[in-house]
Amino acid sequence: MNVWIAIGVTALGCYVVKLVGLLVPAGVLERPLVRRLAALLPVALLAALTAQQAFADGRVLVLDAKAAGLAAAAVALVLRAPFLVVVAAAVVVTAGVRAMTG
Amino acid sequence: MTSVGSGLTLLQTCALSLLVFTGASQFALVGALAAGGNPLTAAAGAFFLGVRNAFYGLRLSQLLALPRAVRPFAAQWVIDETTVVALAQPTRRGARIGFAVTGLTLYVLWNLTTLLGGLGAEAIGDTDAWGLDAAGPAVFLALLAPMLKSGVERAVAGLAVVLGLGLLPVLPGGVPVLVAALAAPVVLYAEGRRAAKDGKGGDR
Repeated sequence: MNVWIAIGVTALGCYVVKLVGLLVPAGVLERPLVRRLAALLPVALLAALTAQQAFADGRVLVLDAKAAGLAAAAVALVLRAPFLVVVAAAVVVTAGVRAMTG
Repeated sequence: MTSVGSGLTLLQTCALSLLVFTGASQFALVGALAAGGNPLTAAAGAFFLGVRNAFYGLRLSQLLALPRAVRPFAAQWVIDETTVVALAQPTRRGARIGFAVTGLTLYVLWNLTTLLGGLGAEAIGDTDAWGLDAAGPAVFLALLAPMLKSGVERAVAGLAVVLGLGLLPVLPGGVPVLVAALAAPVVLYAEGRRAAKDGKGGDR
């Protein structure tokens, strides 16, 4: 039963949080400062998430094959490679480094 | 998936994916419950991980300009992946399509894999060996890169990375990413101060 309570509370909380952002009145969003901030917040969140996915295992920072993969993706991006090539570069380099080191 | 192994029933696991639909929050909840945590404390941790979706909603609201009646339905799909895809589209039409397609695809796949995982289909083997775990960050990086148009965006991203990684070992799960979001107002404030000083100091 307790588990169901936890699931219910989490589901409700997470849904409300998602809805809140969408329901902010358009008038507030028109203000230049709010516009700039709303545009920059996802950049900050996604940059932090990307870094955590690449360089962390749980709460421990790690530098492993994924870092090499992400570096390969970055190089591919600088070279203006198509999206799939960028992702493929990351996967192939990560697998390659793992195969060589592990 | 992992949660069936940690004491949740199949029904509970599937309900979690259907109703919560925010991967990080789900894992956090399952992890905390498995560790014997109090259900409300576990829910609070999961909630923290979901808070960033509110900031995504703020931006998506401008971008998608959805009719009021549609918003409660669209809200469930406001997550990392749909935001990053919608933001990468040059037009409103593209953003709406991107949001809808990504939302639907992920929702179906996520719940399907939850069900299959829960039923015990573990035939995929070790995906890490194939380097597939690097695909996630690479996709984010590829979609994020075009957004880093000016120095301001780059400064925000750089500061966010430092905060997100630096605070990871010391703060509870989900909080470092929220603190990293502070990079946006901080950089905006710094930029505002500099612009004000330039305005007063010269005629550039």
